[in-house]
Amino acid sequence: MKKAKKAKARRAADKAGSTNAAPNLRGRLSTLLAPGGVRIVDLTQTLSPGFPSIVLPPELGQSRPFRTEEISRYDERGPAWYWNNVSFGEHTGTHFDAPIHWISGRDRPNNSLHTLPLEHFIAPACVIDCSSEAAADADFLLTTSHIVTWEKRHGRIPAGAWALMRTDWSKRADPVAYQNLDHTGQHTPGPDPDCARFLANERDVLGFGTETIGTDAGQAAHFAPPYPCHYYMHGAGKYGLQCLCNLDLLPATGALIVAAPLKILEGSGSPLRVFALVPARSDRR
Amino acid sequence: MAEPLMRPKRKNPISRTRLPTLPPAARSYAALGLTAAAARGAFELQVCRDCSAVQYPPREVCRNCLSQRLVWRAQDGYGELTTETVLHTAQELFFRERLPWRVGMVRLDVGVNVIAYVHDRVGVSPCRVRIEAALDRAGQAVLVANPEHGRHALSDDPKLREMTCDPRTRKVLVSDGKSEVGQAVTRALVAAGADVIWVGEAEPWKKIPGFEALREVPQVKIVPLDVTDGRSVRELAGEIGAKVDILVNTADCHRTFGIAARRGIETAQLEMDVNYFGLLRLAQELAPVMKARAADGPTGAIAWVNVLSIFALANYPPHGTYSASKAAALSLSQALRAELKPAGVRVINMFPGPIDDEWDQLVLPPKLALAALAAALVEALKGSVEDVYPGDVAQDWRARYLDNPKVLERELSGGERSV
Repeated sequence: MKKAKKAKARRAADKAGSTNAAPNLRGRLSTLLAPGGVRIVDLTQTLSPGFPSIVLPPELGQSRPFRTEEISRYDERGPAWYWNNVSFGEHTGTHFDAPIHWISGRDRPNNSLHTLPLEHFIAPACVIDCSSEAAADADFLLTTSHIVTWEKRHGRIPAGAWALMRTDWSKRADPVAYQNLDHTGQHTPGPDPDCARFLANERDVLGFGTETIGTDAGQAAHFAPPYPCHYYMHGAGKYGLQCLCNLDLLPATGALIVAAPLKILEGSGSPLRVFALVPARSDRR
Repeated sequence: MAEPLMRPKRKNPISRTRLPTLPPAARSYAALGLTAAAARGAFELQVCRDCSAVQYPPREVCRNCLSQRLVWRAQDGYGELTTETVLHTAQELFFRERLPWRVGMVRLDVGVNVIAYVHDRVGVSPCRVRIEAALDRAGQAVLVANPEHGRHALSDDPKLREMTCDPRTRKVLVSDGKSEVGQAVTRALVAAGADVIWVGEAEPWKKIPGFEALREVPQVKIVPLDVTDGRSVRELAGEIGAKVDILVNTADCHRTFGIAARRGIETAQLEMDVNYFGLLRLAQELAPVMKARAADGPTGAIAWVNVLSIFALANYPPHGTYSASKAAALSLSQALRAELKPAGVRVINMFPGPIDDEWDQLVLPPKLALAALAAALVEALKGSVEDVYPGDVAQDWRARYLDNPKVLERELSGGERSV
């Protein structure tokens, strides 16, 4: 009897949505996520051994590609269960870069994975469509003037938002075309130094995300400063997301990105599941 | 005159793949000395230190003076074929499947009689011959009587051919074709007449000029293979494993660090992952099917070649972690050899000294030319050896190692002598 009364009281509180400042979250979320409400878009590439990892000169330390070794598969090693040991570098597949990843961000507060503020794991996205430019020029560089033009149409990039550079690069299923290496290095699009600085310092974005293997352009080792996106973003305590996919399914504005990396002690980054919550009305745009 | 090595007919698909039979493999402890020499292509007999009498068959004490001081010494093998016979019946399954079989007795000039297989090119007895030791399919030494003059390959004799792993008309898998060694080996196998050479390619996005040129070679088929990725090895084994007659493991990760010169273990782990675990992954996925096909007629699986390093014998401290990974691979190759032995699949280990490639840049000459290494590998397949020390440096290291491994360690550690 006492129990029933309590349950009734809780239901009433849920309805009112005020007793403990928690609205009826479950109810509201399920309404939102119902068909016609919010669309969930997966922005994550499958972690697989064949997915390319970053190429560095061989004498430098190398990031380990994703590997999986079977522990057992319903066999003599474990009769009723299947599981694997996996190994990979922190910057493998679709992954998150924390500020501590770069020397410019090494002294930032809360700069590694185990200290990241939780509220950063859900943030709005501004998607800058560079797909036709990247198709025409693999070395395409996003500039500040591109951003200004984008803002004229879609409004100013709000502080704390992800700036995502859509290039459709993730549609290159062949790893050779995805890496796009020749004897002069990699040829993939990215931001130019001033654009990276502008987004980090003057727009105070949460971070910068790309579909390519790094947040920087393929030739960014030759820029000033080298790897400007890493340098400016992490120097300002901002994040990176790379090897994203399905950015073409996102509206220019209005999507919420859920990107919560693993909680690794002093981790510099990690593979993660990234997805976007997209208001259904954007379907009709 | 023996028929030349021709492309064998295709197997009738409805006939059973026979199980391998081996020639008699039992040997006394003393007789294993003959095998040890034959494993590197030498013919040695015991010689008495006290009275200089040459011994055969191998024994514990001198046949002449009963001294126990018998030492293995290289022999030139000259002698006379005094009598011969052709076996037409045999209890041993191996011979039964291969009759008739020519054997003879040879009186060596050093004063002992030996029983030997008689090469097809040897004339009618009595005649002068030259004895060589070879490894048979059981991996044990046997003696072969060759004509006294001229060099006649075992593969020129249709029966003795089985003791070789001649790559002609064979299907070969080269595990990594992108390295300089892999490219050189592939080209040498093409020149040696291999029918098909599957060449492994890891990380296809890294373009290597010489490797791209291999794509134009008709016998070469580039296949995806990364020995650090179990799934990749498994998939390739599933696709072509049952066709591979000879596997040449050229996959190698060579970094040039000792212990203090590189912080962390990542680089050493990568070396281990390629050089040791890579071999283990290949062995787990491909050795079983090669064993199963060991008796698949003239197109059966016959050999597994590992390109190791002379650094596997003794650590070369400037390349300390690499040496350790190669020592691990050597140890594992011995296990592989033991597991493949019942099927008669030969495991050949190559122990080159510093190679004239990128990672031995700072090692002073002499360095082994890539083509010389590849030629030695093909030569080993054509013969009947299992340990190959190509080049002067490897020979020197081996001699010093056999003489006294501790002295070699000291020499390598102190800079008294270098490679």
